[in-house]
Amino acid sequence: MTGLRILLGAAILGGLGAAAPFTPLWLISLVTLAMSTGLVVCGLIILWRGGLVPFGQALFFATGAYTVALSGRWFGVTDAFLLIALAVIMAALVAFVVGFLLAQYREIFFAMLSLALSMILYGVLVKSETLGSTDGVNVAQASFFGMKPRGPGYTFALFWLALGMVFSAWVGVSAYLGSIAGQLAGAIRDNEIRVEYLGISVTRLVHLKLTISAALAGAGGALAALSISHVDPQMAYWTTSGGFVFVTILAGAASVPAAFLGALLFEIVRTIAVALLPGGWQLILGSVLLLTILFVPEGLGSLMIRKRATVSEKGAA
Amino acid sequence: MQRTSVRACLARKVSAALLLTALPVAAVAQTAPAAPAVPPVKLGIVTFLTGPAAGPFGIPGRNSAEIMIEMLNAGKVPAPYATAGLAGAPIVPKFVDEAGSTANQVTEFRNLVQRDGVNATVGYVSSGNCLAVAPVAEELKALTVFFDCGTPRIFEEKPLKYVFRATPHATMDSVGAARYVLKKFPDLASYSGINQNYAWGQDSWRDFVAAMKALAPKATVDKELLPKLFAGEFGAEISALLTTNSKIVHSSFWNGDLESFIVQNGARGLPARSTMVYTAGETAMFRLGAKIPDGTIIGARGPHGVMAPDTPLNKWFRGVYEDRFATAPTYPAYHMAQSILGLKSAWDKAAAAKGGQQPAIDDVVKAFEGIEFEGPSAKIRMAIGNGHQGIADIAYGSFRFNKAEGKAEIVDVVRYPAECVNPPANMTSTAWLEAGMPGAKCN
Repeated sequence: MTGLRILLGAAILGGLGAAAPFTPLWLISLVTLAMSTGLVVCGLIILWRGGLVPFGQALFFATGAYTVALSGRWFGVTDAFLLIALAVIMAALVAFVVGFLLAQYREIFFAMLSLALSMILYGVLVKSETLGSTDGVNVAQASFFGMKPRGPGYTFALFWLALGMVFSAWVGVSAYLGSIAGQLAGAIRDNEIRVEYLGISVTRLVHLKLTISAALAGAGGALAALSISHVDPQMAYWTTSGGFVFVTILAGAASVPAAFLGALLFEIVRTIAVALLPGGWQLILGSVLLLTILFVPEGLGSLMIRKRATVSEKGAA
Repeated sequence: MQRTSVRACLARKVSAALLLTALPVAAVAQTAPAAPAVPPVKLGIVTFLTGPAAGPFGIPGRNSAEIMIEMLNAGKVPAPYATAGLAGAPIVPKFVDEAGSTANQVTEFRNLVQRDGVNATVGYVSSGNCLAVAPVAEELKALTVFFDCGTPRIFEEKPLKYVFRATPHATMDSVGAARYVLKKFPDLASYSGINQNYAWGQDSWRDFVAAMKALAPKATVDKELLPKLFAGEFGAEISALLTTNSKIVHSSFWNGDLESFIVQNGARGLPARSTMVYTAGETAMFRLGAKIPDGTIIGARGPHGVMAPDTPLNKWFRGVYEDRFATAPTYPAYHMAQSILGLKSAWDKAAAAKGGQQPAIDDVVKAFEGIEFEGPSAKIRMAIGNGHQGIADIAYGSFRFNKAEGKAEIVDVVRYPAECVNPPANMTSTAWLEAGMPGAKCN
């Protein structure tokens, strides 16, 4: 992660932010929502590199979303930044607690246990009639440092907020993946015992990775709740987790920006499919995913890496 | 080499499949009316086109929208709707699937309004989707008519300006059921309920119990069962119900759960001990026919379907619907028809106030508030929720299978007036039920 790349990323995101007022509003809402998925996928990549595939990331996503909804409803918190901070803390806290159990498991056991935990939250939410059961509850419109933009202004504000979150996540996650703890992910996947011989506790490392990825999922949930203005238990359901895993497959774990591009591509394909084939849009979505797996098995990120590799080879020659 | 050819073949097959499914869409698009003088009104229609709710609710709603729009455009709907389109403007529908997460629905709603530029939207079966779309509709100032969702919360949580619901909310179903049950069993000592453990099931049961408390304070609740949604297998619940002395069992089941529950409890002899009350039973009665025991109490979320009165509008609606789709219209079809007719009434009224010109959306909104109009099955009055929520009569009846004709029928139909089963304008439904339904006028 060089300073040049950070500048480049900031320039791209800044350009997107500046282009917002000239973009159709529906597209801005769509991109904001895709960025919320991207944040969750960003967290999944951290676990993915360590060979861990959680099928219950919706637990932290929904925790973040409900934290935003209920902080507004019960305690009158409306500031978007405060709401997101609360959501991140809550999601990380939940992950820290369940991490003592989850970090003991690997492979399918890790996947299934995380799935079970998210379904417990789903079950609790469905049974709580005061929270609207499956119908969910509305989220009040947020304020930004005391400013209360409404109408299109609110859509823009959320979009800029999303860009800021994407930038922080990108810088933060790239830094983590480049650090020793982050680079040990591959080693954990390949041979845990050797990592232990290096004097590092694998369990604690997995616990840390889980907490970081949950914080990102909480941020994604908070952004989704603000952007949809509604939360419901479906956010904790296993299909939601499955969706995140799917986007991760689409994006691949090789690159952080690919997480956001993958999420965006997924959302755009879905919305075009719905417009083209109202009664069979799943067919188009399924075909695209199938073709991705057939032709780009390593995900979209691998295309970017491959391109970079070709360029550097040429440079060497 | 082998792999490449397999891949190419697969790609060809996939594209062929995509092309084949796209053809009917193209065909439908071509039958749109030819260049009209008045610019057309774009109408978004959102219902379940895929998934478990498509069969019982989404598709009848979609079909009803298709035929109503076609007939309105041709000016073939009987009086008072005989004028073409919406105040002369032809309607161009855009159908959207309601399946998918709430996030998808909010995104697609924004797409309809901001990308496709629809003038109004009629849709939504799921109460969760209605609750999520309502604030977005307000934000975008987009006229939206909910057609089938039942939760009373829509207009009770905060007043809305651009959102309407001609279809009465679900409180009416439970109050009507309670009144009908007590007419059939005036000395009811105890009752049970089996409802799906999600918002619709929980709300239906809560309202039913509240209405029973108000009408028959001495009747007690035996068993309160809340199996999970789409459980499909109810052996344990049926055993529990068989141990009670409940004369009646209340259920707001629908779709596969309703059908499997009817078949499974029939095999165990539950209906011989308790009369079953299915508040949404009408959607299943034609498919199950003789499998439903005679005397089962059936509701249709309004006086719809076979319980609808014999008016010219209803006869016409049933006629065109059956001709086109070879099946009788069930209540979601009626809900869609009355929602579109409500929109047309408001549109025409707003246009008349402007001397026949096409009205602006704000004019339509103003005209819609508090309007009264004839639906195929009942008169609808936008009387509550600040004039945004419709109330209408409800009917309940008892099932009978006509063996001679091999036809499912509903007999002993009792129709309750709107004021008898709906809260007044100044009360939420929960407060009204808890207060013992003050001001209910049942004569």
